[in-house]
Amino acid sequence: MTADKTITGAEAVIKALVENGVEIIFGYPGGAVLPLYDAIFDNKNIKHILVRHEQAAVHAAEGYARSTGKVGCVLVTSGPGATNAITGLTDALMDSIPVICLSGQVPTHLIGTDAFQEADTTGISRPCTKHNYLVKNANKLCDIIHESFEIASTGRPGPVLIDLPKDIQLTRVQYDKKIDKTKNKLIKNKSKIDPKVITKVAELLISAERPIIYGGGGVINAGPKASNLLTELVDLLNSPVTLTLMGLGSVSNDHKNFLGMLGMHGTYEANLAMHNCDVMLNVGARFDDRVTGRLNAFAPKSKKIHIDIDKSSINKVVSVDFGLIGDCKEVLTTLIQEIKKLHNQKKLKTKINWWAQINDWKKINSLGFKQIGKNIKPQQAIKSLYDRTKHIDTYVTTEVGQHQMWAAQYFGFSKPNHWMTSGGLGTMGYGLPSSMGVQIAHPDSLVIDISGEASFLMNMQELSTIVQYKLPVKIFILNNQWMGMVRQWQELNHGSRYSESYTESLPDFVLLAKSFGIKGLRVEEIDKLNQTIDEMIETKGPVIADIRVEKEENCFPMIPSGAAHNEMILGSEDKPKDTSDAGLALV
Amino acid sequence: MSVYQNNEINEEETSRTLSLVVDNQPGTLARVIGLFSGRGYNIESLTVTEIDNARNLSRISLVTRGTSMTIEQIKSQLLRIVPVHIVRDLTLEGPFIESELALVKVVIKGANRVEALRIAETFRARTLDVTLSSFVFELTGKPSKIDAFIELMQSLGDTEISRTGVSAISRGNKTETKLLEQI
Repeated sequence: MTADKTITGAEAVIKALVENGVEIIFGYPGGAVLPLYDAIFDNKNIKHILVRHEQAAVHAAEGYARSTGKVGCVLVTSGPGATNAITGLTDALMDSIPVICLSGQVPTHLIGTDAFQEADTTGISRPCTKHNYLVKNANKLCDIIHESFEIASTGRPGPVLIDLPKDIQLTRVQYDKKIDKTKNKLIKNKSKIDPKVITKVAELLISAERPIIYGGGGVINAGPKASNLLTELVDLLNSPVTLTLMGLGSVSNDHKNFLGMLGMHGTYEANLAMHNCDVMLNVGARFDDRVTGRLNAFAPKSKKIHIDIDKSSINKVVSVDFGLIGDCKEVLTTLIQEIKKLHNQKKLKTKINWWAQINDWKKINSLGFKQIGKNIKPQQAIKSLYDRTKHIDTYVTTEVGQHQMWAAQYFGFSKPNHWMTSGGLGTMGYGLPSSMGVQIAHPDSLVIDISGEASFLMNMQELSTIVQYKLPVKIFILNNQWMGMVRQWQELNHGSRYSESYTESLPDFVLLAKSFGIKGLRVEEIDKLNQTIDEMIETKGPVIADIRVEKEENCFPMIPSGAAHNEMILGSEDKPKDTSDAGLALV
Repeated sequence: MSVYQNNEINEEETSRTLSLVVDNQPGTLARVIGLFSGRGYNIESLTVTEIDNARNLSRISLVTRGTSMTIEQIKSQLLRIVPVHIVRDLTLEGPFIESELALVKVVIKGANRVEALRIAETFRARTLDVTLSSFVFELTGKPSKIDAFIELMQSLGDTEISRTGVSAISRGNKTETKLLEQI
C-alpha cells in the first residue's frame, strides 16, 4: 500500500524538526536542498532565517542555542554550502554547542561522480562533528533526525550533520514519530558517581585551607540550575571562585567570592589563587592551555578534583586526584548534599589567612588602567558600556581578539547564557551572526556584538540579514585599525615587527551603516563616549557604533606564552623576561 | 611539578591490544582511524570484520602504543564516538590470545627449497601454492612467530607478504554477552 505514504522525505524531515522543538532554522538555499525549501515554504511551524553565508548560519544557530539552551538548527546546500558551514561546525564542536546541520547532497546515483556541487560532506565534516550521517535509505530518515537531536543535546553536547541526497528528499515515506529508544543507546555516557569518591571529595573540600573553585562552560551547558548549585557550593565553603571564558555568568560577577576570569588574560588574584591553592575543584572546564599556562608549573601544590561529563577530559592534560564523570548539575547536587551531611560533624576551616592573602593580591588591581587624554581607552569603552547597560537584560556576543578579552574582563555577567563567545576555536567573525541568533531568540532584549574592526569585516555581509529581519542588534566596534592581538604578540614576541597586522582601507562604518539603512555612530573622544553609548542603546533598530579607541593599547594582565600563573605581566612597564623557545612555538 | 609532566618523561610506552565492538555502518572505521591520525596516536595493527549480522555489529581489534595516560585517553576518546559501543583493553584485563594470519610467497630454486619446506613444517605453515620456483605458505599465530618465519624466508629468497593484522580475544569463560545486551 502506498496510500498512507503521503509525504516526501523533505516534508518528513521538516515534520521531524518540528517534533523535536525546532522553531527557527538558519539557512541558505541551493539546488540540492530545493525540496526541503519547498517543504518549508508553507510550513507555519518553522521560521527560516536567510543568512548571507553558511558559516554565519551555524554561528547564528550557536548563538540561538547558547542563549536558550535549545538545539540550534541549520540548513545548507551541497558542496560549497556544506564546506562553508565547516568553520561553524568546528566552532560548535570545540565549545560543545548542540547544533543540527542539514546539508543537501547530490542524488544517490550521482554520489562519487564529481557531480556539480558535490563534495564528500560526511568525509569533510567527520572530524568536526560529534556525529554525522549520510542518509541512503529514505525509510530511516525520521529515525535519524530524532536520533541526531539526542546525540547533539545529551552527554557533552556538539554538532551533528545529516547529509541528505536530493532523491531521498523526494522519495515518499511514512512519517515515524519519535520513540524513546535512546535510553540504552547512550548508556555509556551515563554518570558514574561513586559514593565513596563523593565522600572523599567532600572531605577534601571541607578540610581545605586554600581551596579554589574553577568553573567552565560545562556549568552553563548543564542549565541555569547548575549555576545556582555552583554558587551554593561557593557560599557553603566560603571558597574563592574563578571562571573560564566559557563559564562567565555561572557565578554572578558581583558575588563577593568571585575573583574574575582566570587564565592568560585573567585577573592577578584568580591566577595566583590557582597557583597557590591546596585544593582545586574544576567544575565543567577542561584545563585548556589558555587557562593552565605552563603545565609543569600549574597549581603545583594542590590536590585536584575534576567534574566533567566527558571522561576523555579527565586526565587529558592535567592529572587529577579525583575525577567525577557526570553532568555538573547532578554531581554538584550530590556533592553539596554530602558536604552538608559531613559539615555537621566537621568544622569548616576558617580560611581567614587565605582570604587575607587573596585580598592582598586584589590590591594589585590588575585590571586597573589610566584613562588619560582625549583618546578612548578600549577598557573604558567596555566599562562604560557595562555601566550603562547593567540595569537592562543584556546579551553580549563577541568576535575574537583583544576586544573579546576586554569584554570578558570589564563587562560583568550576572546570569548564565548571556555571554556568547568563540572560546575553543577562536573564530573571528563569530559575534555578528551569533548575535542574530541571540536576538531572534530574545526579541525584546538588548543584544550587543562587541567587535573589533578586523573581526567585523569577516562576516559583515550579515548586516543584510540583520536589516531584512529587523534585528535591533548593536554592533559595538572597538576600532583601533589593528588586528590588535596579533599586533600585541608581535610587539611582545617578535620585536615589534608588525607583519601584516595593520588593517588598511577600512570602510567608513557610519556610511556603511547608512548604506544598509541603519544607524551609524562614531565617537573619537572620551567626553562623548557615554552619550554615544546611550544613543546606541536607545535606538530602536540595529546600530553600528564605531568606537575609535587608543590604537596601540595592549591587553593586560597577561600570562606570556609558555609562562606559569605566577609569572604574569601586569602592564607595558612590566617587561616579561624573554619568551622561551618553547613559549615562542605556542599559539 | 605537575604529575603529568613526570608521567610523560619517565613512563615508557607499551603496546596495548584493544578490542572494540562497533556498529557496522559506513563511517565508523573512518572515525576510529581519524581519531588516531587527528590526535597523533599510533596504530600498529588493525582488523575489522562483522561479528553479528543480525545486530549489525563489527569488531575492531587494534594494537597501539603509548604511556598509560595516553592509552587511557585513547580509550576515552574512542568511547566518545557514537557508533563505538564497547572498548576493552585486553592487555589490562588479563590473559588473552592474539593471533594473526599471514600469506608468505617465497621464490626459491635449487637446494633451498627443501630448507624452506622444513622450516614451514617446523612453524606448522600450510603450503597453499607450489611452482617449480616458488611456494606460498599460510601461517597463523602470534605476530612474533610470524615475524620470525618471514625473516627466515627472506633469507632464502625473494618474498611477498600479506598479513591480516592481529585478532584478539580474552582467555577463560568470560564473554561480552552482558555488555552487548546494553547496546
